[in-house]
Amino acid sequence: MAGVKTDQDVITYRAAVAEGIAREMRRDPSVVCLGEDIGGAGGVFKTTAGLFEEFGPGRIWDTPISEQAIVGAAMGAAMTGVRPVAEIMFSDFLACCWDYLANEIPKVRYMTGGQVTVPLVIRTANGGGLGFGAQHSQAVENWALTIPGLKIAAPATPADVIGLMASAIRSDDPVVFFEHKGLFASKGPLPPDDHVVELGKAAVVREGTDVTLVALASTVHTALAAADTLADDGVSAEVVDLRCLIPMDLTTVLASVGKTSRLVTVEENPHQAGWGATLVSVVVDEGFELLDAPVRRVASANVPLPFADALEDEVIPTADKVVAAVRSVVNY
Amino acid sequence: MSDTAELLDLYERMAVIRRTEKAAYDMFLAGLVKGTTHLASGHEAIAVGASAALHPDDYVFATYRGHHHAMARGATPEACLAELMQKSTGLCKAKGGSMHLTHAPGNMLGSYAIVGAHLPMAVGAAWSARLRGTDQVAVAFFGDGATNIGAFHEALNLAAIWKLPVVFICENNLYMEYTPIGAVTAADRPAADRAPAYRMPADVIDGNDVVVVREAVAAAAARARAGDGPTMIEAETYRHYGHSRTDPATYRPAEEVERWLKHDPIDVARARLEALGVEPDQITGVDERAAATVAAAVAGAKAAPGADVAEAFTDVWADGGAAWRV
Ligand SMILES: Cc1ncc(C[n+]2csc(CCOP(=O)(O)OP(=O)(O)O)c2C)c(N)n1
Ligand SMILES: [Mg+2]
Repeated sequence: MAGVKTDQDVITYRAAVAEGIAREMRRDPSVVCLGEDIGGAGGVFKTTAGLFEEFGPGRIWDTPISEQAIVGAAMGAAMTGVRPVAEIMFSDFLACCWDYLANEIPKVRYMTGGQVTVPLVIRTANGGGLGFGAQHSQAVENWALTIPGLKIAAPATPADVIGLMASAIRSDDPVVFFEHKGLFASKGPLPPDDHVVELGKAAVVREGTDVTLVALASTVHTALAAADTLADDGVSAEVVDLRCLIPMDLTTVLASVGKTSRLVTVEENPHQAGWGATLVSVVVDEGFELLDAPVRRVASANVPLPFADALEDEVIPTADKVVAAVRSVVNY
Repeated sequence: MSDTAELLDLYERMAVIRRTEKAAYDMFLAGLVKGTTHLASGHEAIAVGASAALHPDDYVFATYRGHHHAMARGATPEACLAELMQKSTGLCKAKGGSMHLTHAPGNMLGSYAIVGAHLPMAVGAAWSARLRGTDQVAVAFFGDGATNIGAFHEALNLAAIWKLPVVFICENNLYMEYTPIGAVTAADRPAADRAPAYRMPADVIDGNDVVVVREAVAAAAARARAGDGPTMIEAETYRHYGHSRTDPATYRPAEEVERWLKHDPIDVARARLEALGVEPDQITGVDERAAATVAAAVAGAKAAPGADVAEAFTDVWADGGAAWRV
């Protein structure tokens, strides 16, 4: 039937991770993967399912529970002609190898005066909503944002997982790639084989005229749900999917704010030092005249993520909280 | 090259490193070298002996005490001194400094100042050699103190289970900064006693004898190239200066210092040369040439222009720039 998608045209976010990696591995023999349980087991989130079968143990490497060795070895391999894709099972565990993200990978090119290049990807399952408790749920994309020298991608849709994965793996710079745990089961169109989404290009995923909602990964869906509710009230919200934190596409954000005069960020990371703080600081600096109302940030509360669903909902951004924030700025 | 000619060459390399570091120390006292320095004087035989055993395309990773490794892999004394003096001609364009000397053309892929961090990187470089099908070996040089950090143990285990071509070389100079390694380590040999737990052979050697080092590293590298996996070498040595800058190292017993100064790697090499029948005059000639090399390096580094401020905004990204936004 014309116009109706068959199942083959649809892919889950989870399967899109493996698909995105596989496309690059087919294209470039220097791409290899390493991580805990990523081989025959297909990853604890099944995000690497099928890779071991297709590419074998010479390119898909199961590791011990050694986060420092995983990321440190990925770095050494990246310095010497390989393009490793390292998995850190939960983004919370980035803290176990933080030296590599904070001190080694982002600095080595600079401090050697450009002698060394580190083309690697660190993929990790990020964010809450699944009731995994405080050490397996936090959205930590803002950790990476504190470090000059890391590029940061956080896709919201299966197509963007594939397109950004292609860019991340092809990038000669290190990329931290946040896959959102709450989105793994979500579905979307399967993009064509040559689909690439450039790092640092935000997407206007819903056009509007009254307020700009800037969101990332899971919160893109929160913002879209809020926009639906607001539309019923006659408020037209534009939703910008930032897609990447670094490079941060402030050109698209400023253009949108130029149109709507109002800005609300929707962030899953904690309010304290969340990415919206950096974004807003630029908007109020370079776009002060564009604004007709105070800027609001809807972010997670400044607490560790609680276990119980009701508590988690209380702490993380919801569509209701976004709607309330938007009403406060449109009525300003 | 004959044994004698090769040993003379190794002797000269050590003599150049010794004098370069002496110049760095003097210039530090004179305020010309800024920041900090961790001199490797006393450790020269480890760098020079290992380099003599390695292929030019093998990988070397070192610590903040790494001047000797950069020079052993081909960095010029002038480029090293210029880096310490914040000159634009410095090895890393004055963006690294003493603790981060790196000479990528010699596959000396960096000096790292977070203790233990580079051991997993060396494992990764060895893994990469395996993936690319080359016969390259990766060497990690590290201090005794690094053997108590987690990355050391993760690296040894990973290298062992994947049978990677890595040579781990511990420069055991008996001290961390100011604490004797024995006081904080539940093993007599901080590196060599840990290796068997990872099914890795270990060798304890005289790190102040360049010939001994060369032979031990050659054997370990041959093992690595044959596909037999990593080796641990614990090279006993001693630093001639304090830990860093102008540390007088008063925490070390005078008797111990005296004993080790009598076992200076340069004297050990000289004794070997004399035993091979090399005339003292010939050795003096080499010393004079080393002194002239370093004097020229000092003059060149002093004359070089200061750091280029524009360099602060290059080399963050592979496109050469530093843009964080669009
Ligand atoms: C992770 C970490 N902890 C502490 C330090 C501070 N520090 C610098 S050097 C050093 C001693 C290291 O001793 P050792 O490994 O024996 O090397 P040596 O200086 O003797 O060559 C310490 C504690 C550091 N640089 N990195
Ligand atoms: Mg020591």
